[in-house]
Amino acid sequence: MLWLRTLKLGVKSLLLHPLRSLLTVLGIFIGVASVIWLLAISEGISREAQRQIESLGADTIMIRSVEPPSDKLAPSGVTPYGLTREEFDMLVRTIPSLRTAVPIREIKRTFKYKDRQLEGRLVGSTPDYADVTRLEVDRGHFITDAENFLREPVCVLASEVAAKLFPYEDPIGKRIYLPEHTDYYRVVGVLKFRNDSAAIGGSMEAQSFRDDIYIPIKTLQQRIGDTVVRRAGASFSGERIELNQITLTVQSLEDVKPTAALVENALRHHDEMEDIRVVVPLELLEQAQTTRMMFMVFMGLVAAISLLVGGIGIMNIMLATVTERTREIGIRRALGAKRRDIINQFLVEAAVLSVLGGITGILAGILCRPVVVLVRDLVAKAYPDTMAALPEVVRNVTPTIVPISIPIAFFISLLVGIVFGLFPAVRAAQMNPIEALRHE
Amino acid sequence: MYACRIRDLTKEYVLKSETVRALRGVSFDVPEGDYVAIMGPSGSGKSTLLNLLGCLDQATSGELYLGEDNVSLMSDDELAEIRSRRIGFVFQSYNLIQQLTVVENIQVPLYYQGRLGPKERQRCIELAERVGLGDRLDHRPAQLSGGQQQRVAIARSLVNDPYFILADEATGNLDSKTTAEILALFDELNEDGRTIIMVTHEDEVAERAKRVIRLRDGLLQSDEQNDPEERKAAAARALELVPSELA
Repeated sequence: MLWLRTLKLGVKSLLLHPLRSLLTVLGIFIGVASVIWLLAISEGISREAQRQIESLGADTIMIRSVEPPSDKLAPSGVTPYGLTREEFDMLVRTIPSLRTAVPIREIKRTFKYKDRQLEGRLVGSTPDYADVTRLEVDRGHFITDAENFLREPVCVLASEVAAKLFPYEDPIGKRIYLPEHTDYYRVVGVLKFRNDSAAIGGSMEAQSFRDDIYIPIKTLQQRIGDTVVRRAGASFSGERIELNQITLTVQSLEDVKPTAALVENALRHHDEMEDIRVVVPLELLEQAQTTRMMFMVFMGLVAAISLLVGGIGIMNIMLATVTERTREIGIRRALGAKRRDIINQFLVEAAVLSVLGGITGILAGILCRPVVVLVRDLVAKAYPDTMAALPEVVRNVTPTIVPISIPIAFFISLLVGIVFGLFPAVRAAQMNPIEALRHE
Repeated sequence: MYACRIRDLTKEYVLKSETVRALRGVSFDVPEGDYVAIMGPSGSGKSTLLNLLGCLDQATSGELYLGEDNVSLMSDDELAEIRSRRIGFVFQSYNLIQQLTVVENIQVPLYYQGRLGPKERQRCIELAERVGLGDRLDHRPAQLSGGQQQRVAIARSLVNDPYFILADEATGNLDSKTTAEILALFDELNEDGRTIIMVTHEDEVAERAKRVIRLRDGLLQSDEQNDPEERKAAAARALELVPSELA
């Protein structure tokens, strides 16, 4: 009851200077809203990054062949580089913690069906590939061990490839033509749509699975071989690679790091050529989490500074108010207000200001997601080139409000009001009532 | 019963390493129902005495009883408590709180006693009516004339049923007509049994009191009863200035 009256009185006093109060509230409003916004945006970005890394699989180790620096290549002809089938067999034989091991060979090729044609990626692999890269079969089946063993000329289409080459007919059983090899492959399966996997800063390009056609790796080896020649105008370029990638999965997450160390050790002879790279998504995931924590701390710091500024605003206004209302303080003391009553009165005013800023700030914070998404989409429409230059996680940023940030923001705003209101309030209470009464 | 008893009260201030003896030992009693005017030139110690009587300050030595309470031994919080329960202030410059209405201003001393019920509010309304402001209950001080504001202050001084009303130059800011009205109100209150202690330097105000105490250089110079006949005559003279409906 008494508190309610004190509150009412505080609001009344604040309404004596509506603009001044509003501006003070604005300080806290910006502080609180920025806490929620910054946390939501950083959470959104890091979740997106984490999702992309997780889609690579935390229990996998990837070894990729990369083109060595030009000074390591023979001056003429095609230098073989990268992973070999022999190494693949060696890894499978010697590492006990493996669950699956998938050899992968990828070649850029042209696919044709009747008059429709498509530039895509021909991927030779084993049945485990679907598991490891989380591909799901829509119709038919993925390549089988038997097909691989028998080196059958069969293929499985990514959903977009199927849609482009077979807009009207059922692709299952149809034969796709590869003009570069004057060869046909029979379609045995079509996959469901799969999102692109993340590019991982420097260590791995983003992988698109949109234009893929999968065939058994042994079929590829027999029918196409290791050397691939590409013709561009009058010049030829070629590469001679046995395997583009080996994807290993381990039995449990604890095995990831020791296995990765083992693999790196076993493939040390590639160090000189610099023609392979080992990518461990789990390590990236952990790095991403560390980065995320740093990001959050940094963002929190920025927000804390803006709250500090808001708090100083409150203190400033309350000090002015106390000076201005010295007479009122004197009157109240004369009429029986204890020091405590005066402290309460001014603290309540400061708290009302900051809580008002807190509540409106929280409301604005909740609007973060729709506003950011709207702005992002508008910018994408107006300046598509600029947007395209931004990293993918920024392009797709969708803020995720961290639920705990709302009560935290509220209590911090209350705390700011009390902390920064306390000094002016105590100063008011310390006044000598006789002098305060005489104050003009 | 005494509203207050003062025994050998002294007060010293230290101003720039110089000790100022504002009161040098003053003693007197104010019985309930008395009407005392305290007079004296500036520097005589009357403001200091007023502050001590109003429990706004503490004496250096001596004893001050309000009713049965020995105020000279009290802490700051206890003094605040006494002020809110036992003293009714009326100031020269009214000292109303600008953001509060008439009724809310009257209620302030009760507020600090935690008495906020509808009964209290009703009492405040009755007091506002008692001082002739029944039609101004929700006005703010800025909307009232000086005389009206002082009436609000008087109503406020009555709300806690005090030992005495302590008026500090209560008519100092008012014209003579309004002064006459306010003094007439004090007379009425005194007739109702209220004890009034007023500090003034105007003789025509002092002669309306039952008793005049004069201070000089921090000491009691004189303590005289006014002749009741002269009081009546002074009241009658003042009333000539007042419109007939109050007479």
